[in-house]
Amino acid sequence: MPEVGGIFIQMEDEIASVTSVIGASWAGAKAMTATSGPGFSLMQEGIGLAVMTETPCVIVDVQRLGPCQGLATLPMQGDVMQARWGSHGDSRSNIVLAPASPQEIFNLTIEAFNLAERFRTPVIVLSDEIVAHMRERVIIPPVESLRIETRKKPDISAEAFRFHKLAGHCVTPMPALGDGYRLNIVGHLRTEEGGVNISPQDAPQIAFKLLTHLSEKITAGQWEARKIRTLFAEESKTMVVSYGSTSRTVESAVKEARRAGMKVGCARLVTLWPFPDEQLQTILEDVDNVIVVEMNLGQIVDKVREIVGRDTHVTHVPKVGDLHTTEELLGCIKKLVA
Amino acid sequence: MNHPLMKYLREDWLPTVLCPGCGDGTVLQCMLHAVENVNIDIRKVTIVAGIGCHARLGTGHIAADSMWALHGRALSIATGIKLVNPNLHVIVLTGDGDCGSIGLSHFVHAARRNIGILTLCFNNSIYGMTGGQVAPTTPQGTATKTTPHGNLEYALDLCSLAETAGAPYVARWTTAHPKQLTKSIEKALQRKGFSFIEAITQCPTYLGRYTLRTTRASDILRWFLRNSFSIEQARKSDPEELAGKIIVGEFVDAPKPELAEQYQLQLKKLGRQPKRLSPE
Repeated sequence: MPEVGGIFIQMEDEIASVTSVIGASWAGAKAMTATSGPGFSLMQEGIGLAVMTETPCVIVDVQRLGPCQGLATLPMQGDVMQARWGSHGDSRSNIVLAPASPQEIFNLTIEAFNLAERFRTPVIVLSDEIVAHMRERVIIPPVESLRIETRKKPDISAEAFRFHKLAGHCVTPMPALGDGYRLNIVGHLRTEEGGVNISPQDAPQIAFKLLTHLSEKITAGQWEARKIRTLFAEESKTMVVSYGSTSRTVESAVKEARRAGMKVGCARLVTLWPFPDEQLQTILEDVDNVIVVEMNLGQIVDKVREIVGRDTHVTHVPKVGDLHTTEELLGCIKKLVA
Repeated sequence: MNHPLMKYLREDWLPTVLCPGCGDGTVLQCMLHAVENVNIDIRKVTIVAGIGCHARLGTGHIAADSMWALHGRALSIATGIKLVNPNLHVIVLTGDGDCGSIGLSHFVHAARRNIGILTLCFNNSIYGMTGGQVAPTTPQGTATKTTPHGNLEYALDLCSLAETAGAPYVARWTTAHPKQLTKSIEKALQRKGFSFIEAITQCPTYLGRYTLRTTRASDILRWFLRNSFSIEQARKSDPEELAGKIIVGEFVDAPKPELAEQYQLQLKKLGRQPKRLSPE
C-alpha cells in the first residue's frame, strides 16, 4: 500500500480490522479489509455498525468450507445468506457481488468501492477459495479509464447538516471527522439530527423509518448495477442459474450441451444482494426448467423458486467442498432436456 | 451566567442520563479543563467511545466530532481514524468493562503500536450501565449484584497491563484527585504517542450500594482518598501494606516515536503522500 500512497495495518483480529476500516472511512479515506469465512463471522458486529452509521467500506470474504473451522483448503459458497443477513437486527443494506474470475475480482472490487460511496453502505465482494486461488491473465487498465465514484461532501453549514434524511431514499453527503460538522456518529437509534435521546413513545416510529431507510436506499429503483450475465438465454427452455466459481463449470457444461444440440442456456448472478429479482424474472419468464447449481446445500435456490412461475420446474444441484464436474452437470441437463 | 466549560458541550442535549452522584461527570470536567488549558481546537478533537455510562456522557454531549461505537471497539475504530488523519486529536473514552474485558486485546495492541490516542478509562470497578454485575476490575472479595457472596476472582490492573504493552504514558487517579487528573490529561494531550489514563470513578448506585454500603458520593470519595497510595510511596512499601489500596500517580512517562507519524515519514521516504479525500 505505501507504494501507492495508501496505508496498510495488520490489526489484531477481524473485529478490529473491520472497525478500523470504519474509523478510516469516517476520517475520509476509502477503506477495505479482506478475510475468509471464520473471520467474516467475526466481522458481522462491525458490518452492523457500518450499516447503521451508513459508512462506505468494502469487505472481501473468500468463502471456505464450514461451519466453524471446516477445512481451510476446501471451497464452498456457504456465506451467501450470511453476507446478506449476518448482522443482528434485520440488517439488510449489504450489497454483495460475486466474482467468477481474477479479472472480475479486480473489476468488482472497484465497482464495490463505487457502490459503497454511492449508497453509503458496506459492500461485500463474495469470492470463494477457487476464484481466490486462480491464476489467469488480468488486464489492469490505466487509472484514467476507470470510473471512480468520489465521496460527496456536504456543501451546507454545520447547523443545517443532518446526519441522514429519512424520506425519499436520500443518501446524504458524508463529511469527514475534523471537517467542522460536529458529527455524532452512533450505532444507536437516532433522529435525523443524530440525537439519541428519543422518548419511548417516539422510538418505534423512528426505528421503523430508520430501518426502512437503510433497506430501501439500496433497493429503490432498478439500478443498473444489479448484474446478471447470460449465455444462450434467448432460445433456451432450460436455464442453469449459478454464481461465482460454480458458474465456470456451468458455462462449459452448457456449451457442451449446446454442441450436442440441447436447448439450454445459463445465467450467472454477479450481484447477489440486493437480489436481482426483476432481471432474473425476465430472463426466466418463458423457461420450463431451471437448474440451480450451488456449492452449498441451497442458499440462492429458494430465492429463485420465489420468482419463477408456477409452471417452471426448479432443480437444485448442491455440492460442497469441490466444484461440480462438467459430467455431473451434463447428466443433469440431459435428464431434463431429453 | 454560563458555565465556563459550556462552550465545549451541546447545551441542548443536556441533561445527561447519569445517576446522581456519579463520578463520570468529574472525569469529563477534568478532560474539558485540560482541553481548555492546553488550548486545543475542539473542532480538531474526535471522541470515540465504546459502550457504558461514560460513552453516553462523552459522545453526544461534547461539542466535538464523536463516535459512539461498539462495546470494546473504540480503540480499533480510533486506530483507523488516527492513521488516516494524524492531525486529529483522537480521544478514546472507555470504561473498565469496555477496555479491560470485551476490548482488552484492542487496548493491549493500541498500547503496543503506540498509536497517538489518548485513552481515558472511566473505571467504576463494575458493570454500572447493565445493573452492577461483577467486572474484571472488581476487587477480590467484593459483593456485587452477581457475586452476592463476594467476588472470587482477582482484579485486573489496567495500568500495569498498559505499561507491559509498552504505552509511553500511563497514569491513574481517582475522582477525588481532580487537579492531578487534569494535569495528567493535559500532559497526554500534548504528547504524540499512546497515553493511558485510568480514572477511578464512583458508582454510588451499584458499587456504593453493594460494596461500600453507601449511596453517598462524598462517602465514596473520602474512601478513595483514604485508600489511595501514591506510586512513589508504593514503590517503597511492602506488598502486604498495599493490599486493597488504590495506587495513584504517573506510572510511565517515556515518550517514543508514534505510529501514525512514523507511517507518514515512511510514505514521505517513498516519495508518496497519503491519499485523503479531504484537503487539510
